[in-house]
Amino acid sequence: MDAIVVDELRKRYGAVQALQGVGFRVRAGEVFGLLGPNGAGKSTTVKVLATLTKPDSGHAEVAGCDVVGEPNAVRRAIGYVPQSSGVDRDATGRENLTLQGRIQGVGGRALEARVDELLELLGLAEAADRVVRGYSGGMKRRLDVGLGLVHRPQVLFLDEPTTGLDPEARASMWDELERLAEGEALTILLTTHYMEEADQLADRLAIVSRGRVVVAGTPEELKRSLRGEAVEVELADGRAADAESIVAALEEVHEASSEGRKLRSRVASGARAIPSILSALEAKGIGVEAVTTHRPSLDDVYLHYTGREFAAEDEAGGRDDGSGGDGR
Amino acid sequence: MTLAVRHTWFMVGRQLRNLMREPIWIALLLVQPMVWLLLYGQLFKRVTQLPGGGFGTTSYITFLAPAIVIMNSFFGATWSGMAMISDLDRDVLPRFLATPVSRISLVVSQIVRSALIAVIQGVIILLVSLTLGVSVHTGLLGWIVILAAAALMNSAFAGLSQGIALLVRKEATMIAIANFIGLPLFFLSSTLISIRQVPHWMQIAAKFNPVNWGVIAAREVVLRGTHWGSVGLHLALLFGLSVATAAFATWTFRAYQRTI
Ligand SMILES: Nc1ncnc2c1ncn2[C@@H]1O[C@H](COP(=O)(O)OP(=O)(O)OP(=O)(O)O)[C@@H](O)[C@H]1O
Ligand SMILES: [Mg+2]
Repeated sequence: MDAIVVDELRKRYGAVQALQGVGFRVRAGEVFGLLGPNGAGKSTTVKVLATLTKPDSGHAEVAGCDVVGEPNAVRRAIGYVPQSSGVDRDATGRENLTLQGRIQGVGGRALEARVDELLELLGLAEAADRVVRGYSGGMKRRLDVGLGLVHRPQVLFLDEPTTGLDPEARASMWDELERLAEGEALTILLTTHYMEEADQLADRLAIVSRGRVVVAGTPEELKRSLRGEAVEVELADGRAADAESIVAALEEVHEASSEGRKLRSRVASGARAIPSILSALEAKGIGVEAVTTHRPSLDDVYLHYTGREFAAEDEAGGRDDGSGGDGR
Repeated sequence: MTLAVRHTWFMVGRQLRNLMREPIWIALLLVQPMVWLLLYGQLFKRVTQLPGGGFGTTSYITFLAPAIVIMNSFFGATWSGMAMISDLDRDVLPRFLATPVSRISLVVSQIVRSALIAVIQGVIILLVSLTLGVSVHTGLLGWIVILAAAALMNSAFAGLSQGIALLVRKEATMIAIANFIGLPLFFLSSTLISIRQVPHWMQIAAKFNPVNWGVIAAREVVLRGTHWGSVGLHLALLFGLSVATAAFATWTFRAYQRTI
């Protein structure tokens, strides 16, 4: 059975078309990742699914209930962890969890026990009765996750659960999430900017760009869909744009992109392409520091599907908190 | 309905718990009314002897005390939207909105919290007044009327304040508007001086000033010769206004939800 069905969702904010026909399906029990650059529409998709906002058109079901037609049924079935923490900082961790449980209709002993269980599970038992203001970023984020789980939802939405965490806190959050996904028989929809995160946690993922799903599949399928190998050239000086157009024009090269002094290209066979790449660059007097080749990673998949747009959107100031007006 | 009441109760509980964690706030919020009562009350105690009169008592502090309860409640109400803005800024509301929580309880709980604090502060101000020799001549019923007037006055303006908070969603704008509304309404009332002592146009304006409705109701029960019809009328007016501003706040909440 599908726990989440999303079909042709569209949503406009003023001049910005945030969603232009997003569609995907998530099976019950699956961890599904939504990957995409800033402003791609990940949070908007999640907000529609969590019944916070209504789509202009399209259709979405969560746990078998229509998000527009039966919002309260959806709300009982889901946990929502927003991109920016929604904890009450003046209250303790325990109070936050208890209130959340009460408004979800859990109460009495059952709630007390559940709150204790979650505090233990999320490693917050010792801090439970301290005011959240004094929590570290990682602790606060774990509490956010706890708030989404109090009422044992069927579906959990995690909007960038690890953004802003240090590598250690991120790794421990991944562990928590992996355990949760197994222990609580949850369907999880997770958005992220981190390839590794999607690679590690997601059973399947969709890459979103400009309000659309550009490709979906398991991490393996997506990597396999990029045939050949990735060649990465580190340039001696900053003529990356020149180098990119030179290399992109070569017959052996499927595609090329550059970032800083790094030139990435995808080729059928590294052994055959590298000599031509090097000699083409040398002919134009572009120095090379180092060359590496590797199998396509999820990074390459991401760049392949969103590459140009990613760069363009970053320049246009797409990197805001998501509440800004125009975007592009 | 019962669900809305339960959820309102949970939400008020949350806010009072947070407030109780720093009870110093209640005390700090009382400094201003105490300054009015103690300093102003002493400084201008001869004002009741002005020709023209209209004070209904020779003790200025007796005249002032019930009005200070109302004034305190009024100013508290104009600021109550700040708590809503802080919840908006910290994204607490979107988290609640993804749950089946009663939408109305999110707004109403802010108003109830604000009114409850006004009542608690009203009791403290009245107790201090007692030690200063003020007596509420209608006794316990009088106390209840004063506190009811304070609560209704507070709800009326807390509803307005919540609505404005949800529309502007910015602290600085909220502060400017609270000042813009607060001071004129305060000075255009009979809080500090008998209405007979002010210019004619101000007497007319005061008739339409809800702050003055509260002051009249509260003062009537303190002074001798209580006119119960006037008390009832002004409490009813305040109640009507509270319902209207609560409806306004609920409407602005819907408008806010459409911006998410
Ligand atoms: N409440 C809102 N009001 C106006 N515009 C909005 C709102 N929410 C999102 N947008 C716009 O819609 C577009 C998509 O935003 P969204 O937050 O869904 O992107 P995202 O993929 O989550 O990006 P990020 O990775 O930065 O979180 C952006 O251009 C954003 O500015
Ligand atoms: Mg986002």
